[in-house]
Amino acid sequence: MINLSINNKLVSVPEGSTILEAAKHNKIDIPNLCNLDGVHKFGSCRLCVVEVEGDKNLQASCMVQVRDGMVVHTNTDKVRKVRKNLFELMLSNHPQDCLKCQRSLSCELQNMGKRLGVTEARYTGQTSGGIVDISPAISRDMVKCILCRRCITACNDIQKVGILNAQNSGFKTVVGTALDLPINTVNCTFCGQCVAVCPVGALKETDAIQNVWGAISDKCKRVVVQVDPAVRAAIGEEFGYEPGTQVTAQLIAALREVGFDVVFDTNFAADLTVIEASSEFLTRMKYSLGGMETPLPMMSSCSPAWIKYVEHTYPEKLGHLSTCKSPHTMLGALAKSYYAEILKVEPKNMAVVSIMPCTAKKFEISRPEMTNNGLANVDAVLTTREIARMMQEAGVDLRKVGKSQFDQPFELSSGAAELFGLSGGVMEATLRTVHEMVTGRELAIDKLHAAPLEECDQVKDVELRFDDPLEAYQYMAGITIKVAVASGLRGAGFLMDQITKQESPYSFIEVMGCPGGCISGGGQPRPATSETLQKRLQAIYLEDEVKPFRKAHQNEGVTKLYKEFLKEPNGRRAQDLLHTQYTKRGKFNEYLCD
Amino acid sequence: MNCETTKSQCCCGEETDQQKYDKIAEIIDQYKNREGSLIQVLHVAQTVYGYLPMELLKFIAKRMDIPLSEVSGVSTFYPVFSMQPRGKHTIKVCMGTACYVRGGKKLVDRLENLLGIQVGETSEDRKYNLEVVRCLGACGLAPAMMIDETIYKQVKPDKLNSILAKY
Repeated sequence: MINLSINNKLVSVPEGSTILEAAKHNKIDIPNLCNLDGVHKFGSCRLCVVEVEGDKNLQASCMVQVRDGMVVHTNTDKVRKVRKNLFELMLSNHPQDCLKCQRSLSCELQNMGKRLGVTEARYTGQTSGGIVDISPAISRDMVKCILCRRCITACNDIQKVGILNAQNSGFKTVVGTALDLPINTVNCTFCGQCVAVCPVGALKETDAIQNVWGAISDKCKRVVVQVDPAVRAAIGEEFGYEPGTQVTAQLIAALREVGFDVVFDTNFAADLTVIEASSEFLTRMKYSLGGMETPLPMMSSCSPAWIKYVEHTYPEKLGHLSTCKSPHTMLGALAKSYYAEILKVEPKNMAVVSIMPCTAKKFEISRPEMTNNGLANVDAVLTTREIARMMQEAGVDLRKVGKSQFDQPFELSSGAAELFGLSGGVMEATLRTVHEMVTGRELAIDKLHAAPLEECDQVKDVELRFDDPLEAYQYMAGITIKVAVASGLRGAGFLMDQITKQESPYSFIEVMGCPGGCISGGGQPRPATSETLQKRLQAIYLEDEVKPFRKAHQNEGVTKLYKEFLKEPNGRRAQDLLHTQYTKRGKFNEYLCD
Repeated sequence: MNCETTKSQCCCGEETDQQKYDKIAEIIDQYKNREGSLIQVLHVAQTVYGYLPMELLKFIAKRMDIPLSEVSGVSTFYPVFSMQPRGKHTIKVCMGTACYVRGGKKLVDRLENLLGIQVGETSEDRKYNLEVVRCLGACGLAPAMMIDETIYKQVKPDKLNSILAKY
């Protein structure tokens, strides 16, 4: 431990801590705009400067490690003056159009000015940047960028994808793709982790709000909306609730107030995904154990950022991906077929809107594969942040609306489905069902506490043995399978490299593109600190525990759907509506050219 | 999206593209996995290939197993790297204080006119690059300029034609 003094207070912190970390640990808040806890690499904003006795210059507290006997002052005249000056210099290269900026009131730069007591902007001059790049999922308005480089850290160190890096030098420096190519033409996965950490209005989801208002205003359209579990655990934050407050019933009521005609639960389709994926997995196991060549491990397919990552980075391994569409596109396909039949509505007169914690799902719905009978399965994806904005625009306050319930026929869901909102959830949900399908016995839920790997913090794994299987599943007798869960694309890459080297010990792999899963998706409320994420996680676990039933195959709505419409898992109709295929892309999209 | 693979374009005894790429690959394999080796690789690649076109940057990124945005980031950070084809000769006009005062700017204007290009560009016949430098350390010779390794002193705009004629 290192002993030092901060603001005349003696503190003791672990060796290797930075001054900023030491201060934070002792509840002394040093302002900063570029820090990212745990992965901080670039001290670029310099607002965290402090005085260190004996040092001639002020020090950036995020980059300087503590030393024994150090005497630090975070709040002196000199420090305050310099911080204000630095802030004003930032403003000199920033469009000060806050009144019409989407980030207004949630902008870290704006808040910083207030915090530092800045009341004037003395410097004027040229502004740099100016690239506007709009893709189906993410939009970049680089004139607003303050070059904090958090997005670079998210893209390179957390996700290890590396789409974004600093380009050019000096005044011309921009954060961008290689040679400023449009983000839609490079190997961006659209995970949105860059968006999630952007302190200003530079990186954002591509707006779908106007399209959705258009559908709602269209008298001929029946507008169906569905909500993802991770959204429910987070949207309260946009309305002043404590993180992790479950507001599902209020959210459903609010969506009706906004003008949606029907509100469905994406979790219904999560249960359906479990049935389809379990059946697909057991078929693969059967073929493989029978000596036939079958791509194993099977890999989950719910996370569209992960899918695009495989298509770009491991195009030869697409066969490992489960062919299941993601739950919301399954539900979209069913809304425009099964539900349309019940209602006797022409599918073309329906619009399906998905409320997701995700930016990648905006791209996903634009895939040509996500259509049936020439109609898109889902017509628009709104992020958690976007639906909050729509509610505000419509004057709907989540705290003041009543409560409501999901609509039939897609209203029921299991506890297992709730878990889709977090890393490990799809695996746990699937194994609960697979184990019971094979053995006829319930899987003790505490058996599935996967442990993180030493080699990669983003990966966990666990073993599961199948004893005394039922007649139809004799091929699984005495088989022990090893399964892995990764969240974050760096961990995904670790597992994929094992597969490439033919060293993968796993039969089933779940990957979520974002670290921690959908609770920290690119479309969730900002900023998402580790405490906030923990509370969202707890909220989802709680939802699972309090559900009347906790296994996907117990969902009576799903059973009815098979009986009346789909007939059997992986059957012909299910294949048509609920399954998909993937596209070889390559790191430079080289496979896309014919 | 440009999907051209590296084609061999043999012309009059020069190395083919394939040979150049092979040479660059060899260097990459030597430097790969060494911290901070990208700059060296880019130097060699530019020397071998003449400049750093997008396809070559992709080749380097793939072979070094690093993101293309990083390769492009480093290439665009240092003015020494060029993403455009380079001319056979590089003209550097000094715009340091002394040279500027004594007419460096007029030299630049005239050269831009004569070559039909702006500073930082390459003439259409790929004979010249035009660059501006801050000080050649030859203030006594102002206004000075360099073509490749040769220094020209007290250059007057009207002398430029005859100087260029030597190349």
